Amino acid sequence: MEYGIFQIIILSIFINNFVLARFLGLCPYMGVSKQLDSAIGMGMAVTFVMTIASLVTWLLYTFFLAPTYQNIFYTLFSTPIQNVPDLTFLRTIVFILVIASLVQFIEMYIQKVSPTLYRALGIYLPLITTNCAILGVAVLNIDLFFADGLPRDSSFIHTLVQAFSAGIGFTLVLVLMAGIREKLELANIPKPLQGLPIAFIVAGLMSIAFLGFSGMNIE
Amino acid sequence: MSVMSEFIKGIYKENPVFRLALGLCPVLAVSTSISNAIGMGAATTFVLLSSNIIVSLLMLLFSKILSEGGQKSINKIRIPMFIVVIASFVTIVEMVMSAYFPVLSESLGIFIPLIVVNCIILGRAEGYASKNPLIPSIADAIGMGIGFTLALVAIAFVRELLGSGALLGQNIMSSNFKPVLLMILPPGAFLVIGLYLALLNWLDLRKKES
Repeated sequence: MEYGIFQIIILSIFINNFVLARFLGLCPYMGVSKQLDSAIGMGMAVTFVMTIASLVTWLLYTFFLAPTYQNIFYTLFSTPIQNVPDLTFLRTIVFILVIASLVQFIEMYIQKVSPTLYRALGIYLPLITTNCAILGVAVLNIDLFFADGLPRDSSFIHTLVQAFSAGIGFTLVLVLMAGIREKLELANIPKPLQGLPIAFIVAGLMSIAFLGFSGMNIE
Repeated sequence: MSVMSEFIKGIYKENPVFRLALGLCPVLAVSTSISNAIGMGAATTFVLLSSNIIVSLLMLLFSKILSEGGQKSINKIRIPMFIVVIASFVTIVEMVMSAYFPVLSESLGIFIPLIVVNCIILGRAEGYASKNPLIPSIADAIGMGIGFTLALVAIAFVRELLGSGALLGQNIMSSNFKPVLLMILPPGAFLVIGLYLALLNWLDLRKKES
């Protein structure tokens, strides 16, 4: 099924929300949602890294790993297309290494260029490497916007749009959760439920609410 | 004795899912049926065991052949090194699964490559295997792996039983049982794990009082 840009935005923010429907990025969702400020910082950092990581992994996949007509063995060395090596099995290793080093670079760059932004995002950046939502969106882009190893129409734009709106969706639920948990601090909760259990139950209720979006007709 | 206790601790006292709250994404996502849960548990245990063995041996090797300065610089790059080791084993699992268990591989989907970022594996490599010799590392990996699998199966048991009225794909409920569809949808996962955690907290509190 091919979707347009608008459909992809609605799908990845609401209907297939990364946290509540796809279960990606739960560690920061549970760990950083105790305060509103840190939730906003984490959300921004994740959105930023997600978009850049998707951009870079898409480029690597198209030009190096997959035997496409854009593969540099075909374009630069004019290897016949049937002899271009299919390196797609290296996807996991390459992607995680790229994401880990990218996060390092982004951290150094932000520290150099904008100390204010660094103070806002800095402490969240190292945590992002092991955030499964980043690797998840990179792998999902490949699964959704490539067919048989070949990129679909305008798959580059779709990849960027999906990554950015997935980040927005993540930020949205993180901020909502932080708002609820700040109120929960004051509530009188039975002792065994305090802490993580009640957070999970709140997440479950939010997930039920987000299920309502799946009734949206986006055709 | 100590090897045995390393093995046992992963199952209940330091259960990675219920006690340490690590690796939650795959737990919530693939616990819709017991067979998925066992498949995911086995894949994770394999990666955990292999990476613990390699990391433990690597660190032993480095401590034997490197000078003190060399060890210090190795220490700085140990996390990327562990990630490469883990990613290689995950790639092996990915290929074996899609070759021999295509149905399972289809239903686990994106969560097989995501074993790389499962915090349990990097956590055990960094927190345990890099500091301990081979045999305890193996015991630790198997214990943690079994603990993870048991937690997954415990959650999948409730979700599959209530959500589709079946266990391991066999219908066991009477014919007038209406499946609670919510349980196999995403919210069910959150609610079930929340209630499990509450149950364990309650047991702990009761033990402390008595």
